Amino acid sequence: MITETTSGNRGLLQAEPLIFETGHATSMGVDLPAPKGTANKLGGLTRKAPLDLPGLSEPETMRHFVRLSQKNYAIDLGLFPLGSCTMKHNPRLNERAARFEGFADLHPLQPVSTVQGALELMDELAHWLCTLTGMPAVALSPKAGAHGEMCGMLAIKAALAARGEGETRKRVLVPSSAHGTNPATAAAAGFTVDEIPARDDGRVHLDDVKAKLGPDVAAIMITNPNTCGLFEPEIKNIADAIHAAGAYFYCDGANYNAIVGKVRPGDLGVDAMHINLHKTFSTPHGGGGPGAGPTVLSAALAPFAPVPHIVLKGGKRELREHSEGTQAFGRMCAFHGQMGMFTRALTYMLSHGSDGLRQVAEDAVLNANYLLARLKPHFAAPFGDRPCMHEVLLDDSSIKPKGVETIDMAKALLDEGYHPFTTYFPLVVHGAMLIEPTETVPKRELVRFADVMIALAERVNAGDVQFFKQAPKLTPMRRLDDTRAARQPKLRWRRGSNEAPAQAAE
Amino acid sequence: MRYLPLTDADRQQMLGVIGAKNVDELFVDVPKAAVLKGLVDLPKAQGELEVHRHMQRLAEKNTPAGRTAFFLGAGAYRHHVPASVDHLIQRSEFLTAYTPYQPEIAQGTLQALYEFQSQVAQLLDMEVANASMYDGSTATAEAAMMAARVTKRKKIVFSGGVHPHYVDTARTACEALGLEVVALPAAIDDEAAVTKQLGADVAAVIVQSPNVFGTITDLTKIGEAARGAGALMVATFTECVSFGLIEPAGAYGADIVCGEGQSIGNALNFGGPFVGLFAVKEKYIRQMPGRVAGETIDADGKRGFVLTLSTREQHIRREKATSNICTNSGLCQLAWTIHMTLLGEQGLRQLATLNHEKAIELADALAKVKGVEVLTQRFFNEIAIRVPGNAQKAVDALAEMGVVGGVAMSRLNPKAGMDDVLITCATEMNTDEDIKAYADALKQALSV
Repeated sequence: MITETTSGNRGLLQAEPLIFETGHATSMGVDLPAPKGTANKLGGLTRKAPLDLPGLSEPETMRHFVRLSQKNYAIDLGLFPLGSCTMKHNPRLNERAARFEGFADLHPLQPVSTVQGALELMDELAHWLCTLTGMPAVALSPKAGAHGEMCGMLAIKAALAARGEGETRKRVLVPSSAHGTNPATAAAAGFTVDEIPARDDGRVHLDDVKAKLGPDVAAIMITNPNTCGLFEPEIKNIADAIHAAGAYFYCDGANYNAIVGKVRPGDLGVDAMHINLHKTFSTPHGGGGPGAGPTVLSAALAPFAPVPHIVLKGGKRELREHSEGTQAFGRMCAFHGQMGMFTRALTYMLSHGSDGLRQVAEDAVLNANYLLARLKPHFAAPFGDRPCMHEVLLDDSSIKPKGVETIDMAKALLDEGYHPFTTYFPLVVHGAMLIEPTETVPKRELVRFADVMIALAERVNAGDVQFFKQAPKLTPMRRLDDTRAARQPKLRWRRGSNEAPAQAAE
Repeated sequence: MRYLPLTDADRQQMLGVIGAKNVDELFVDVPKAAVLKGLVDLPKAQGELEVHRHMQRLAEKNTPAGRTAFFLGAGAYRHHVPASVDHLIQRSEFLTAYTPYQPEIAQGTLQALYEFQSQVAQLLDMEVANASMYDGSTATAEAAMMAARVTKRKKIVFSGGVHPHYVDTARTACEALGLEVVALPAAIDDEAAVTKQLGADVAAVIVQSPNVFGTITDLTKIGEAARGAGALMVATFTECVSFGLIEPAGAYGADIVCGEGQSIGNALNFGGPFVGLFAVKEKYIRQMPGRVAGETIDADGKRGFVLTLSTREQHIRREKATSNICTNSGLCQLAWTIHMTLLGEQGLRQLATLNHEKAIELADALAKVKGVEVLTQRFFNEIAIRVPGNAQKAVDALAEMGVVGGVAMSRLNPKAGMDDVLITCATEMNTDEDIKAYADALKQALSV
């Protein structure tokens, strides 16, 4: 096998330097009219700092970014079973709709008479979200999941303040299995975090919650279905106990895909829940964003929803953009939220309808349980004695004694042509492998993935540890040195300092 | 349903493997009363054609900016985005990839992030930039909270030139943390007023240039005063094209520079998604919010990139994280990087110059309308004007004539006491005919 080439390319995989190493300050991929030479009105504040930004012609720009793109894995390439991320198919009709001139070329501050369709779309999206979740209100403006968590927690804070308990209720209960954003959000909202320790069965127990309740508790933040891939069986009783103690129930909706159209969080006693449009409702993850995190609110919290509000007056929609004279807790962002994601999510919802969305939840759960059934004879499945929801939780306890850990299994999957599962999360299970196939994976691919996982387990049993430790060998890059990146942070190109590519470790 | 590959036969066969009679057996942990018997009360599935038609109908109820003579900015700017940008960001490998947590199969996203961080740092003349925030307003809120962490102080002072929505966004976030926010009265040209508020309790002064009225300001003395009082100078902005022509805040010694990047690569999109730019002095990187890509090597010694410094972040630090932020603005950040690559230094300078010249032309044309006064003295592509009477009424009257003339300050901040002030901007998109149409329409609107 040829491992080194003169060009540095490997067949279809092209080596590609930084734009700073190929571009020039005077090269361009645009043709702009020549300035007229008008005397400026900058008051002497003309830029003196060097810019030194490289430019490339259009063909060079295309090649640069296409070459980069080919070093990425993607949903459109294959199974992307990242637990808690819901990497489902991104329909292209959504992309087309978001680019309609009547949505994409609208300014957020245009006179409201010129954006009636946009406001109607937002109302329609709100109607779908409220109906699906069984909740009376939704704040659309949060820009991602964690931003939605913040919105929900600030609504809770405002509701407590309105009751005169803003200063006394400061403690928020968070199970140790929660996403890291939950405690981070509670802290950023000015609460203290009180962790509910994990139990062996991966569930939150009513008794544990009751033991923590008191007049200083503001809220509980529970992910349901939870991060172990399980539905919380005591959720309704927990919600009742929380309410009886005068606190609120924040539900992390990251795993909503498992129950959409089938179970309404409003029926479970939820007071606030963010919905990741980029998970359940298929807006693209885009290599890390943009997301969108509309947050549904119960009747108790609805009055405190942040501005802007859409107000229907005499058949016309108006925007209320300031919180004065309302109970709104404030503003989450400059404008009205992620409109580009609203168009995509609504397109997705209309395509599926009430029947299709219910099928989404059922197929997502079916696919996960199929994997659980196939894999549990070969891997440790800590909660495998019961059906899971839309994700399967395995751990490395059966392979670790043989020298192979979760990270090694993940890297071996890279060579097999898969994006790995989520590794080492939830933290409450050592060596966690969290697998979420989603409903959009064809059965033959699911079967093949199970076959590959089983073959890898057999390889572990055969003692082929080196195979795992050396993986990946077939990817555009081998294992990268995270420690070096963190110890000697090199976060940007600088002229003169890194024009030569980094050398091998000394 | 076209997006669901499983057939009924597949489902039956899989249930057999699982050992369940039907799918409801898999929902056994859900309280029985909570499982819906039927469907929620919403329309059923529709084909691509029907959905397309529905969305098209909604879109047609709007008046797109491009169908008017359009002069509105104030936080979102209409620029030409080259066709190749949208093509590239729609490539499956970018569009449908996740956050690059598996760097061996995500070098495309990671290298583009590294290039983005480098471009942002160069543009703002700062040492380090992160991998983007949600938008300019939330980036400003994060900057305020970061300043409080760095200085261990609790008071944040905003100039009267910062975009009112940015102030409101930051106020909401800061007050939740127990920080005090002082927002100075709206002022067209008085960023330096923040220095009068400096004291031992001030974590940061936050100024904006160009500010919401378009005024550009030399921030050197403000920075010196802030440092002298142990506070940080945070500089925000809404129009990043300006830095092709005007001195960026990094050159004035700002500790944190943050703001909106939408102008480069991204459409107006009714306000989102946008892309927040965030840059800091190197000594503060461990207090910086958000993801960041860094250079390293792989097992073969080849240069590669990873997400790094994650010990600041929520998935590691939980309640002690620098921010609760998880998602960045990936695809918008990629669009920014591609467009900035197409421009390069020379293209950006030229684009910025064109914008400035259009704005001068606009200011001159509006100044000739009887009763109108241009209030902004030093500007890039945005100005504030005073109209006789109520600015909101003028905006509404202009809209009737097919001119989106800007935004009334009273809409952004009803308490500013500036009901006769209108904020308006010009970009390379505006033709000479547009500018003439605006001046003529304004004349007519004011004469009624």
